Amino acid sequence: MASVDSENRTGAQEAIPQAVKIIVAGGFGAGKTTLVGAVSEITPLSTEEVMTEAGYGVDDLSGVEAKSTTTVALDFGRITINQDIVLYLFGTPGQDRFWFMWDELAEGALGAVVLADTRRLDTCFHAVDFFERRQVPFVVAVNRFDGATAYETDEVREALDISAHVPVLMADARERGSAKDVLVRLVTHVIDGRRPALSG
Amino acid sequence: MSAAYDRRGARGREPFHGRDRTRHWGRGHPTSEGPAPGVRTGDAPTGPLVRPYTITKGRTRPPTAGGRLDMITIVMAMGDHEGRPQDPERQEILDLCRRPISVAEISARLDIPLTVVRILLGDLIAQGDVRTRAAAPMTQLPEKKVLQAVLDGIRRL
Repeated sequence: MASVDSENRTGAQEAIPQAVKIIVAGGFGAGKTTLVGAVSEITPLSTEEVMTEAGYGVDDLSGVEAKSTTTVALDFGRITINQDIVLYLFGTPGQDRFWFMWDELAEGALGAVVLADTRRLDTCFHAVDFFERRQVPFVVAVNRFDGATAYETDEVREALDISAHVPVLMADARERGSAKDVLVRLVTHVIDGRRPALSG
Repeated sequence: MSAAYDRRGARGREPFHGRDRTRHWGRGHPTSEGPAPGVRTGDAPTGPLVRPYTITKGRTRPPTAGGRLDMITIVMAMGDHEGRPQDPERQEILDLCRRPISVAEISARLDIPLTVVRILLGDLIAQGDVRTRAAAPMTQLPEKKVLQAVLDGIRRL
């Protein structure tokens, strides 16, 4: 897909930083925005994408006023890495009916965090499926909820049926240090995946 | 259905219902085709509201042929177009773009849907009022040095 990028012809102007993004996925109420907010330098913002029933493929909406629209809200936060790089953290829409946003979110993503809620583990199956299929590197962070039964990471790994190289770790999405650990684990995992395989 | 993956009541606790690898989404993953079969749009607000494409005069696509602004494309105003009269929305965008800012953040801060922001930005790009830096395309993996910088930056948090 062609991208609009005028940076090449700007010459002496101030350099524009490059943006990278990480996706935070999980079921509704799994703590996605909480985790984003724990590490973001700004209070998480919400942007809206409006989808018309007519969908993408339509150039002009005149005459289709009767078509209904669906609004999808996306929460995101920001971490300025340095002068040249800005990291954005995007939460996925919680409801399954907004699956059509996931391709756009996944496009160009550095990796993903799947937040698992052990009270409703099945709510993150779709996310695991999606990132496996799209070959987006991901880690699973098991968010600790008060009153939830404590499970071992191995039990979660087995129930999610994910391969041994995918990191699974316990987390508290409310804690900055814990959220930071999750992101460090993810980026380390992404870097490890780039190294040429030692065998096979 | 997923018995092979179920936990068998280890230590007497509620077993997980494991993920069933064989399950798939009916007629395929719908995302690139628009809403999936069965996606209901009936929950959208149906009352009177300002239609989002009013300020784009009905256009749903940016004027730049083939170009597409990602949510994390970074936008910055050109310094030499101060004072050119703009529509209020475009002027608000230009004001925000005095510092580098992403498309998603413009949308969030002005409370204008992404699709509409893309169109307005397309106008501003065509007029030479803003310049942009696209996010790395999907096919091009982030460079190792970018990843290392991101890792270092997160560790400094």
